[in-house]
Amino acid sequence: MAVPGIRQVADARRRLMANPESQAAWAVLDCGFAAVADVFDECYAAAKRHIAAAEITDTLEAARVIGKLGRGAEPLLAFLEHWPDVVRVTGLAQSAILPPVMAAIRALQKSPNAPAVTPLLQTLGAVAARLRSAEAVQHYLDLVLDLAARTAGSIHGFQITQPSPSLPDFLREAPRLMGVVSLAGLRRWINDGIRLYAHHPEQQRAYFSLASPDSRAFLQREREGTLFVDVERRLSLTLSALWQDDAMLVPYSTAFAETRLQPYMAADGLRLPDALADLHGVSGLSRYRAMLAHLAGHRRWSQPLIADNWSPMQRMAVEFLEDARIDMLLIRRFPGLRPVLLALHPAPREDACDPEKESTLRHRLARLSRACLDPAHGYRDALVKEFAIRFQDALSEGEGSTRAMAELGLAYVTLSRRPSDQFAKVHFTDTEVDYRDDNRHLWTFIEAGDEEELFEPPPSETADEPLGLPPRHYPEWDLATSDYRPDWTAVYEALHPAGRAADIDRLLDKHALIARRLKRLLDLLKPQERVRLRYQENGSELDLDLAVRALVDWRAGHLPDQRIQISHRTDGRDISVLLLIDLSQSLNATLPGSGQRILDTAREAVALLAWAIDQLGDACAIAGFHSNTRHEVRYHHIKGFSEPWDDPVKARLAAVEAGWSTRMGAAMRHAGALLSARRSEKRILLVLTDGEPSDIDVTAPDYLIADTRKAVEELSTQGITSYCLSLDPKADAYVGDIFGKHWQVLDRIERLPEQLPMVYLNLTR
Amino acid sequence: MSSAENFRIQQQPFYQPQGDEVALYEAAYAARLPVMLKGPTGCGKSRFVEFMAWKLGKPLISVACNEDMTAADLVGRYLLDAGGTRWQDGPLTQAARLGAICYLDEIVEARQDTLVVIHPLTDHRRTLPLDKKGELISAHPDFQLVISYNPGYQSLMKDLKQSTKQRFAAFLFDYPDADTETAIVAAEAGVNPEIARKLVDVAHAGRRLKGHGLDEGISTRLIVYAALLIRQGIAPAAACRMAMVHPITDDSDVSDTLDHAIDMIFA
Repeated sequence: MAVPGIRQVADARRRLMANPESQAAWAVLDCGFAAVADVFDECYAAAKRHIAAAEITDTLEAARVIGKLGRGAEPLLAFLEHWPDVVRVTGLAQSAILPPVMAAIRALQKSPNAPAVTPLLQTLGAVAARLRSAEAVQHYLDLVLDLAARTAGSIHGFQITQPSPSLPDFLREAPRLMGVVSLAGLRRWINDGIRLYAHHPEQQRAYFSLASPDSRAFLQREREGTLFVDVERRLSLTLSALWQDDAMLVPYSTAFAETRLQPYMAADGLRLPDALADLHGVSGLSRYRAMLAHLAGHRRWSQPLIADNWSPMQRMAVEFLEDARIDMLLIRRFPGLRPVLLALHPAPREDACDPEKESTLRHRLARLSRACLDPAHGYRDALVKEFAIRFQDALSEGEGSTRAMAELGLAYVTLSRRPSDQFAKVHFTDTEVDYRDDNRHLWTFIEAGDEEELFEPPPSETADEPLGLPPRHYPEWDLATSDYRPDWTAVYEALHPAGRAADIDRLLDKHALIARRLKRLLDLLKPQERVRLRYQENGSELDLDLAVRALVDWRAGHLPDQRIQISHRTDGRDISVLLLIDLSQSLNATLPGSGQRILDTAREAVALLAWAIDQLGDACAIAGFHSNTRHEVRYHHIKGFSEPWDDPVKARLAAVEAGWSTRMGAAMRHAGALLSARRSEKRILLVLTDGEPSDIDVTAPDYLIADTRKAVEELSTQGITSYCLSLDPKADAYVGDIFGKHWQVLDRIERLPEQLPMVYLNLTR
Repeated sequence: MSSAENFRIQQQPFYQPQGDEVALYEAAYAARLPVMLKGPTGCGKSRFVEFMAWKLGKPLISVACNEDMTAADLVGRYLLDAGGTRWQDGPLTQAARLGAICYLDEIVEARQDTLVVIHPLTDHRRTLPLDKKGELISAHPDFQLVISYNPGYQSLMKDLKQSTKQRFAAFLFDYPDADTETAIVAAEAGVNPEIARKLVDVAHAGRRLKGHGLDEGISTRLIVYAALLIRQGIAPAAACRMAMVHPITDDSDVSDTLDHAIDMIFA
């Protein structure tokens, strides 16, 4: 009996289903959620279609368990909705994959991460498309559980009480991730993320939701196939060698793009995807080259058309034929492209689609395009054959033209027209030609679009943007994984502000005594280039003048001189040296006794050294560095190789001040990049520092030391010798780990001005 | 004593004129002007001199210059003999006496102070003083000096002194245009023009990489080598790699690009 004011809620368990079988299944489910009851019929029908009849009992049992997790209707809805799809796309028996999934759900349920069950089930269908074996499914679930366990927090370390902050984000992104990397790559990417951001919930979420640049950079590294960055130089060489085109090549992201992009031409260069896997037996590099050839062909042979009076379908037809013309010309010019283009060009079957039910214009045009390129197309369609012949005729003499192709395309659309062409459902399968661009360059519009109001963007307030060069990014070596962290540090190079040059001259005057002593040494060391050594008893060749003179003496009865040979000795100095000064905060400490800062002493020493090197004539550059986290490594240019040792340089040296920390590896990599451009026989990077590498965003004690050691190794493979002069009396403990045998500790800092030039002279003698 | 006959070119060398250089050279020779040939390696400078010597019917004495060459190597020196010492003329002296064309190839390879000895021969004096011997040779009326160098690849250190440069009339050589070069390759190596054309295409692709990892483009000489290999029965792609790619580069990106170009052209 209905009571007024109280809404009657029917028990969902008693809901009537469409048929008795479904009704029986509903009873097994023993579920009271009305939302589930609403969709159960459909879901059950789908399950029966895709799951073997013998296994459907297991499905229902699993659903019953999920419904009773105490998490509301959501997990059960997700399961009923997506599970039949999972079974379908994996193509595996349910008995192989259901147990591990249920085990994973139970494991999550027992942990604080239980709410993640719903997103796990929701995205499993999309992920499953990439998982083709029961092992792969198991591995994926293991990854999820591993991530859940390692990122969940515990308050006192005994019991996990905090849910993982990033697990739901990860599960939401999982389909996209699986689309671009393999399981192994995904595992490495997850490990990187956990290692870097285990203690930063916010950054962790940004990483696993693919919002942070680091996360994308790490993911990019795990991509499969050919990466654009790896082949960029070859591609631009190909472009200039085969096409005499020096357009810039710019990658666009394929991993994070919402829609599938084709290569395209932009004002600032040709855009290509950032990674390409092998396709139809054609390697990624060949695919890149095919794209490049097609774009270059357009640039050479296409003329833009006015698009206003043509419908989108007409334009599509014109594009297909113009693309075919370009491909034809490409093959004519470079016959070796034929197998590649034909392998990549789809060959749609004639009976692949039903022209009564869907729009087949794309399909017809793809067939026509194939027929134009491939004489062995084997199509029976008379119209396609006829147009393929007309196409060949148009190209039989000369290059044809975009306009001729446009006429051909329009005629084909008209003659092959079908009522279904206007349908919304379009047959896409086998109609996309992988290497072709989106033809945006082919169309010009006379009339502007409907959007008449063109907004002027508000004037941006960028006046206080810091002056200077954009940062250079360098990788950093991670000791824990023995791998690089890509583009990890940002190095800003800038001209050091100038002070008063007279200060340096005063400092040099102060050390006039040392300078005089040095001068005597320097004169001995000055380069002499190739020296001829005459009057040798044993030499490389005969000195004819002396030989003849000796012979004449002999004939005349005198005692001839036996030293009639000549030899050569090269005695040149061809050295480039870059002095890199650590300008971290610790340099501001005062020396006991004198009250002078270490920085001031170092400045004197550097001034003397620079003077000495200038006297010697070696090429010398001076720079200082310090860092404030990895995002801001400052590299101060004090003297360049080609600058003489004069007032502007002295002024900059006079103004040097200390602050912040010591991220040595990044600064050394940057200095190494400058040094490696030098052509000298000997290239030396001299690092003057007062402590071990450190930075405020690094907690692991050995991390920066390992990175600096790696930087030293990198430099030595480039033929650059690194040498460390440390002012830290305790440096022996670590400096050998970094620089091997190339280091020296100068423990009496007050004598630095005298020692530094001497050390240099001894090093380069 | 060697005679002029030893230095005459017996058979007509194959040379395909690119422009009016033959007429210009004849005019320069008629006025006995010293001549400088500039151009990249393997573009036909030496062949041109041979051809002109043949055409003019004059003996040709060639010297390949190198860094260790001294003035005595050009002019001559005393040698020890059983009975005492004997004077031996150098190639330059010999040419001046015989009235030959003296061709100093890759002249910048020689040290600049060595080259000063040619100065008196290259102006109105046309004499060569032999200070060791105490003799002043007046050059034979037919004598002419020709030098060649490649302004491209040598280092900045190696250049001619202004005082040397300004004694010569200069011819600027470059690789011939595609049609001429095809004809040259076909005639020189005896391959059919279609193959020659493809080889020239590959070379053009390579020449566009000059400065992008190649110091010097693929020369006509290398194309001819490739064509000769093809005539020996080697497959065109392998011949191209052997003669036109591997000799000129160690850069894997560049050789990969050229390999690709070869595959595209010889399909």
